[in-house]
Amino acid sequence: MTITTGTSPAQIQAAGRQRWTKRRRRSERQRRSERRRSTGGVSQANRGYLFVAPFLIFFLGLFLLPLLYAAYLSLFRERLVGGTTFVGLGNYARAFGDDRLIGGVLRVARFFLLQVPIMLGLALLAALAIDSGLLRLSKVFRLSIFVPYAVPSAVAALMWGYLYGPDYGPFAQLAHRIGTGVPQFLTASHMLGSLANIVTWEFTGYDMIILYAALRSIPQDLYEAAAVDGAGAWRIAWSIKIPALRPALLLCLLFSVIGSFQLFTEPNLVQRLAPNVIDSAYTPNLYAYSLAFTSQDVNYAAAVSFLLGLVIVVASYVVLFATSRRARS
Amino acid sequence: MTTVPTTPSARGTRRRHSNLLLIGMLALFAYFLLPLFWLCVAATKTTGDLFSTFGLWFGHTLSLFSNVRETFTHNHGEYGRWLANTFVYSVVSAGGAAFLATLGGYGFAKYRFRGNSPMFAAVLGSVMVPTTALAIPTYVLFSRVGLVNTPWAIILPSLVSPFGLYLMRIYAQDAIEDSLLEAARIDGAGEFRIFFRIVLRSLAPGIVTVLLFTLVATWNNYFLPLIMLNNPNLYPITVGLSSWSAQASGGSGSDPDLLSLVVTGSLLSVVPLIAAFLLLQRYWQSGLNAGAVKQ
Repeated sequence: MTITTGTSPAQIQAAGRQRWTKRRRRSERQRRSERRRSTGGVSQANRGYLFVAPFLIFFLGLFLLPLLYAAYLSLFRERLVGGTTFVGLGNYARAFGDDRLIGGVLRVARFFLLQVPIMLGLALLAALAIDSGLLRLSKVFRLSIFVPYAVPSAVAALMWGYLYGPDYGPFAQLAHRIGTGVPQFLTASHMLGSLANIVTWEFTGYDMIILYAALRSIPQDLYEAAAVDGAGAWRIAWSIKIPALRPALLLCLLFSVIGSFQLFTEPNLVQRLAPNVIDSAYTPNLYAYSLAFTSQDVNYAAAVSFLLGLVIVVASYVVLFATSRRARS
Repeated sequence: MTTVPTTPSARGTRRRHSNLLLIGMLALFAYFLLPLFWLCVAATKTTGDLFSTFGLWFGHTLSLFSNVRETFTHNHGEYGRWLANTFVYSVVSAGGAAFLATLGGYGFAKYRFRGNSPMFAAVLGSVMVPTTALAIPTYVLFSRVGLVNTPWAIILPSLVSPFGLYLMRIYAQDAIEDSLLEAARIDGAGEFRIFFRIVLRSLAPGIVTVLLFTLVATWNNYFLPLIMLNNPNLYPITVGLSSWSAQASGGSGSDPDLLSLVVTGSLLSVVPLIAAFLLLQRYWQSGLNAGAVKQ
């Protein structure tokens, strides 16, 4: 099987891109002159609507419509007596005073601050190591670190739940054999770390692949020039590779913001092993789920979902803003 | 197959390997693969051996085959049905999502119609809206029109992949030469003929990438089927395994023998995706390049 490492498709693409931008400039001039002569250019451009329409129709129906519907639902309250009444922003006022919700949001924020630096750090180190040329069997490492991404989150959570288990988990077994105390992964004080470990295990490989793909697209002559100037592998990594990885790192960071704040699968499945530690409001998403399906309070659940979406969008923009400010200074 | 002239190790003039790096990477290797090794070992054990023998080595009896048989026959073979459901949901969703994203990405990349940039910006902005924030309102909407508890409740929401559209737009911009399109137009080919005859082939690596990642997203989906479906016959593998695991460990009336089936079922459910990733790696890796490089 051929592997992409040697063929360096990024180089081919970069070359193609250069060629293409030149052509585009030329063809744009052509098109402008054509448009002046006839209306053919315009009607041809309008054919583009036919290509984007199917996506946009589904986007409107299954993305914007539910979003607007959530906003609409969140403005009402349903009572056993009196039916559904309009309450304006009442549900939001309730949410801002809801300690369980705020506790959940703070918990996932803490989760984000704990887990994401570790995961991105590991992914960055692994990508740099594999790209450095100093590593034997780099292809084997690259694929094996990526493999957990192909394991569904639900399966990963079930599996780690068994691994953490105090009866037959290998950690507990080893501790028994050595004679030390059994590690308590599922207690209140360790739970967030245990969940962070599951998520790190699942997604480090994905981030690594994104970073590795970006590394492969750095022009090779930069390295040669740096080596001529006497830069070693560490220096090249620090001064050339990491700055060039900024956009890819940002992409991973944004995915992590979204993933952390909507944490659901892992706590939902580990809940069974530690029902006293993970309650129904452990994360905002668990809370929205239990509001909608256990308490049957769809209106308030919609408000919570909508607020959670808002928190994620704001957090994403904070990340974008913070990183772009640092780049300018 | 072909010779590889510039492997990473041949890049520098000196061919040196770092042992320190190797040791560090072996530690990572162990972290990422030992849990899966545990899963493989555990799938060969009876529930009794799961409790009584060491987790990272094989038990007294090799019961892999009886475990697999049990997994597929338990409760009238519902595991096989879940596997088939998962397969149908993810293949239909991924095929549909990739088709919509390819068509749209190409349209946004190559046609300068009015409203192109604002519409694209709106779609791109939606990448940040979490899918789970949409799940509950989508559930309420679907329950109004009777789509809850049908396969469509899983497939329809999975057809919209804003990130796939973004990836395909970038990919189409680079992979399709404008001059080629203009030549085809001068020859009198219609726009859709051009798309299906010329464009699709050039976009293949991008399409495989979107296909594979939406496939994984649907295959892995847990939240959406959990809220949309309450008929076990329609469960995908994730929700099914979770329901078995609940039966295996859930206090009174629980069935601990199910434990070995959950483990074996987990292992079997993981195999197809790992195989797909390994077999298609040259496609998705070059496709990811495009997405990661151009931000």
